[in-house]
Amino acid sequence: MSIIAQYGDIFILLACAFGFFMAWGVGANDVANAMGTSVGSKAVTIKQAIIIAVIFEFLGAWLAGGEVTNTIRKGIIDPTLLADEPQLLVYGMLASLLAAATWLLIASMRGWPVSTTHSIVGAIVGFGAAGLGVSTVDWGGVGKIAASWVVSPLMSGTIAFMLFKSVQHLIFENRDPFAAAKRYVPMYVFLVGFIVAMVTFTKGLKHVGLEVGFGESLLYSIVIGIGVMLLGGLLERRVGAEKRQGDAFGYDGVERVFGVLMLFTACAMAFAHGSNDVANAVGPLAAVMTVVQSGGQVGGEALVPWWVLVLGGGGIVVGLVTYGHKVIVTVGTGITELTPSRGFAATLAAATTVVLASGTGLPISTTQTLVGAVLGVGLARGMAALNLRVIGTIVMSWLITLPAGAILAIMFFFMFKGMFG
Amino acid sequence: MVTSNPFSAMFGRSPFQPLLAHIVKVSDCAEALPPFFEATLTGDWQEAARQRESITRLEHEADELKTELRLNLPNTMFLPVSRSDLLDLISVQDQIANKARDITGIMLGRSMQVPDELAQPMRDYIRTSVSCVAQARVALEELKDLLESGFGRNVSDVMQTLIRELHTLEQKTDEQQVAIRRQLFALESEMPPVDVMFLYKIIDWVGELSDRAERVGSRLQIMTAN
Repeated sequence: MSIIAQYGDIFILLACAFGFFMAWGVGANDVANAMGTSVGSKAVTIKQAIIIAVIFEFLGAWLAGGEVTNTIRKGIIDPTLLADEPQLLVYGMLASLLAAATWLLIASMRGWPVSTTHSIVGAIVGFGAAGLGVSTVDWGGVGKIAASWVVSPLMSGTIAFMLFKSVQHLIFENRDPFAAAKRYVPMYVFLVGFIVAMVTFTKGLKHVGLEVGFGESLLYSIVIGIGVMLLGGLLERRVGAEKRQGDAFGYDGVERVFGVLMLFTACAMAFAHGSNDVANAVGPLAAVMTVVQSGGQVGGEALVPWWVLVLGGGGIVVGLVTYGHKVIVTVGTGITELTPSRGFAATLAAATTVVLASGTGLPISTTQTLVGAVLGVGLARGMAALNLRVIGTIVMSWLITLPAGAILAIMFFFMFKGMFG
Repeated sequence: MVTSNPFSAMFGRSPFQPLLAHIVKVSDCAEALPPFFEATLTGDWQEAARQRESITRLEHEADELKTELRLNLPNTMFLPVSRSDLLDLISVQDQIANKARDITGIMLGRSMQVPDELAQPMRDYIRTSVSCVAQARVALEELKDLLESGFGRNVSDVMQTLIRELHTLEQKTDEQQVAIRRQLFALESEMPPVDVMFLYKIIDWVGELSDRAERVGSRLQIMTAN
């Protein structure tokens, strides 16, 4: 107990610093993948993408980031088992943050694709198993998280497949694709607004202090969906004013209309990403906070303080502004194969999956979910060519990241233990 | 810092781009046949050799494109059309260029001159055959965008129109071929027999040029029928 009392302020400062460092890494790395599809399909400019990302990442982190943060905070290590030695939990969480952030930095320097989520989960499991004993790790919870890593790409792939098939059926196979696009795209816009709003209302707003029932959520979400839809209609009218020319199908025109839709899915994606990945940075931070503030009480049922999420969101934004824009340029200009219609299907599917996962408190990898979604569009015969070898790369990045995060975390854990006793 | 992004790596290069580049070369190759033929008529063998050289060069470049496509289509690629269809298509396209090269090779090697009575019909015949190849190129150009975007039923409609046009051209070459053979049959008693034999061969090959162009069309149709 005395240790907590003695060094409490230092622990909090350290946790905030490391948490911010980790959030910076998330912003610098992951956001680019989330926004790259939108930039790559030329639907939004790089400047627009950064503005969208800043606003919606922050909103997602603040409004819908609570569930996943709780999972990271107490779903992997069972804090009640550490009631006698709360400082161990503090060391471990600090170590995990530092380990994951360091690993991200190394991987980014080398250009390896790693997942922020995998690195933090690997780190926490690592220090738990090695530093505290295998029994302290909630293997059931870890199993669920690991399963979600397999399920999320599958799910987003399935949704993307269905979305793209519906686009083909309703719009591309129409006698007049351009008119059909103008008719149906607002519906898709409605879908984007509705899904994101629905998940946020039903799952995310608890810690902001708003409690809404299911019926109310449904109503609000429909209202938001309609509002977004009207906005989309307005933007679409601007596109329609341009005379279409070129090929016999108004193919360019159709893609331009989809560009409008892509704007909205980009917002949804940024929101989803913020809601899920902010937890990687602030989950451990919240764990340290609750221990210190309750004077060594472990496993307090306190909600995640809202300002912690804001700190995480702020860190993501700083990472994005200082470094992430470079990555967005790299990723965005590299993807020429994504037209707005394909990009829309992939992005919306991924965003839906991620927001759902955030609602249920599962930390998943945004990049993997997106990759799954792109595969889904490819299966719907929408891509010219996909490189399946990348799937191998992604599996490899899992296998490498988990032990790397774990080993680093164990090292830092014993370092802190040595420092503070 | 971040270089090998899993995301950018996912997108392979579109296989239609090299296919298109290849058929452009092939049709350029065929386009050189009429000037070559004119040169042989006037007995200008220097000019004929020049045309033959450019055909050989184009055929060579087409070969390189073919190899490149085959190498860049590893099993790890996931494509909207079947791999075997794509590889078949490029072979068929490539044979057009080979045929054009063979025709010029034999005509130049044997210093063949078509008899005056046959000059005009032969001219028209080669023209039609070459435009057949050009039509196959148009079909592929039209198709590329549509295929890559996942346009469904429209693709079949477009294909129908384009293939019909190809088929009409191919039938025209067939008719011309029959007429030329009949004319040659009337003349053959006055000509050296070996020359006649080779002339028949050339007539056949020019016909094959359009046959193969039509086959490109039917391959495209098979590819897009899903």
